[in-house]
Amino acid sequence: MTDAAAVRVKLDHAHCRELLRQMIRVRRFEERCAELYTKEKIRGFLHLYIGQEAVAVGVMQALTPDDAVVATYREHGHALVRGISARRIMAEMYGKQEGCSGGRGGSMHLFDAANRFYGGNAIVAGGMPIAAGLALADAMQSRAGVTACFFGEGAAAEGEFHETMNLAALWRLPVLFVCENNLYAMGTALTLSESETDLRTKAAGYRVPSEVVDGMNVVDVEAAARRAVAAIRDGKGPFFLECRTYRFRAHSMFDPQLYRKKKEIEDWMKRDPIVRFRDWAVAAGELHDDDIAKIEAEVAAEVADATDFAEKGTWEPVDTLTRHVGAEARA
Amino acid sequence: MTVMTYREAMREAIREAMLADTRVFLMGEDVGHYGGSYAVSKGLLEEFGPGRVRDTPLSESAFTGIGIGAAMGGMRPIVELMTCNFSLLALDQIMNNAATIRHMSGGQFNVPVVIRMATGGGRQLAAQHSHSLEGWFAHIPGLRVLTPATVEDARWMLKPALDDPDPVLIFENALLYNDSADIAGEPTCDIDRAVVRREGGDVSLITYGGSLGKVLAAAEQLAAVSISAEVIDLRVLRPLDEAAILTSVAKTRRAVIVDEGWRSGSISAEIMARIVEGGFWTLDAPLARVCSAEVPIPYAAHLEAAALPSVERIVSAARAVLGR
Ligand SMILES: Cc1ncc(C[n+]2csc(CCOP(=O)(O)OP(=O)(O)O)c2C)c(N)n1
Repeated sequence: MTDAAAVRVKLDHAHCRELLRQMIRVRRFEERCAELYTKEKIRGFLHLYIGQEAVAVGVMQALTPDDAVVATYREHGHALVRGISARRIMAEMYGKQEGCSGGRGGSMHLFDAANRFYGGNAIVAGGMPIAAGLALADAMQSRAGVTACFFGEGAAAEGEFHETMNLAALWRLPVLFVCENNLYAMGTALTLSESETDLRTKAAGYRVPSEVVDGMNVVDVEAAARRAVAAIRDGKGPFFLECRTYRFRAHSMFDPQLYRKKKEIEDWMKRDPIVRFRDWAVAAGELHDDDIAKIEAEVAAEVADATDFAEKGTWEPVDTLTRHVGAEARA
Repeated sequence: MTVMTYREAMREAIREAMLADTRVFLMGEDVGHYGGSYAVSKGLLEEFGPGRVRDTPLSESAFTGIGIGAAMGGMRPIVELMTCNFSLLALDQIMNNAATIRHMSGGQFNVPVVIRMATGGGRQLAAQHSHSLEGWFAHIPGLRVLTPATVEDARWMLKPALDDPDPVLIFENALLYNDSADIAGEPTCDIDRAVVRREGGDVSLITYGGSLGKVLAAAEQLAAVSISAEVIDLRVLRPLDEAAILTSVAKTRRAVIVDEGWRSGSISAEIMARIVEGGFWTLDAPLARVCSAEVPIPYAAHLEAAALPSVERIVSAARAVLGR
């Protein structure tokens, strides 16, 4: 039986504050990451989530600590909102051993067992079968968990997407597939990569129920995710949630963005999920200007503290280079 | 004098091939509108149009297989797989189709496809973007595996690769794209032969691809301590130019192999085995090698640097072989 209370979004002061605070955390954290990248504190690839925050923040509201999360290389937001501390994420970006992956993974490979956060996968669609496998393990061990699997629309072209969708449906696995449709896979527009651009039809081909939601609206995302998770917990098998969103920044730090027009970016930026929700909550009387100032101050302090923590972090000694390839003890 | 970067050399080679032969086309992820993930194909979409510069969806297995099919059907596709890490999604097509169809069909069909991809570490991209898998592909009969290490080779290897009636894989070490050099030499490249990049008499340093620069720097340092190192750039990992390897070792009587792949089951192991099989009696010292540490490449800069071959490790391996 679906618990109606679990499906409703309670937009009281506390919840509005939390939704806004989480989105602002992700935004400010990543703005700092971009700065630190230009200062060469963070290296490698850095894929910013800026513009898409409402998706991770909205979906995470529907999950409990017993659920699992699988994400892509664009996962700083998911990791933060799921509960990995800004300190440990920032230290990971620096490559310090205090990082959530011990400095071995970096920006694209955030992991955290305590939060059931199963990575940071940088092979497009590579996390999808893993998510279904985690769900299979939950089901076979009679655990109630749902696995939320985040991926971009580019993944829909991969065989692993189709193979996983089919198996998850066939075996009625408790997976929430969250497709973050930001219209571009690197520089390739959806219209140049899919003969059928309505992604729900692909889920329908495997009899996976689906919903499309405005991914720039955190409340809509939360509501849809709550409905989907409730259905999954009811034993109805996997669900496909397409969130229509947009990344405001380049694909990674090396992208000159030749493939899209400035005007298009500006138009989408007018729908900024943070500004939109903030203005709505203020107009609705749920939040006041001083709440927002307080959130900004709290977040600024958290990001400063995380940066400081990462700066003071330590480098793993080179002697242990070949650690973590296999188990340290085999019994 | 014609100075260009490795990236421009590759682009010129593709342009030239497309201008010369309408059967040649380029296909891969982000080769068009994005301008190529390493900017190799920048401008080619504008010049040749979307029919011949084809952006593909994220479907490595399908578009590599389509390249194979198109080659069998009379076209001369250049498939770009972005990086060798993603080639794993197309491994089935490369191994079970490209490499086997000539044989399975009793010689009736052939697959003249060229598959290009970036390879190598050193950019802090961690364990899903930093590996050197060219040695694996060199295991497979039916393929030719090329590793252009210089701007000249980047400029001239593509034509013979496209002329080859069988599948050719080209591995471009991503750290080389910004290298620049004068390509005044002969506008040809022999894709059967290794080349001696530096002559020497005391020890053969055998390498390929992205490690060549490190090996040449090591040879320079060795010269400063009166060790004369000969540097062999394999250029072709399959078929290996065994004669070039054995000729050099017969002269120097010592060898160090430098390979960015992991040590176990690597192309370096194969090279050592060939030397032992064909040159055992010419050796004055045990063979040595410098490979990547047996670990998925870590993100942290100092750990990554420690995992990859370095000039320092090459120098000390060579000195150890010589006992000085
Ligand atoms: C199998 C594979 N092929 C290619 C790449 C290179 N690549 C990284 S991200 C990306 C675009 C993915 O787009 P999408 O799935 O829509 O996610 P987004 O980046 O928009 O979040 C590509 C082509 C990769 N990481 N993995």
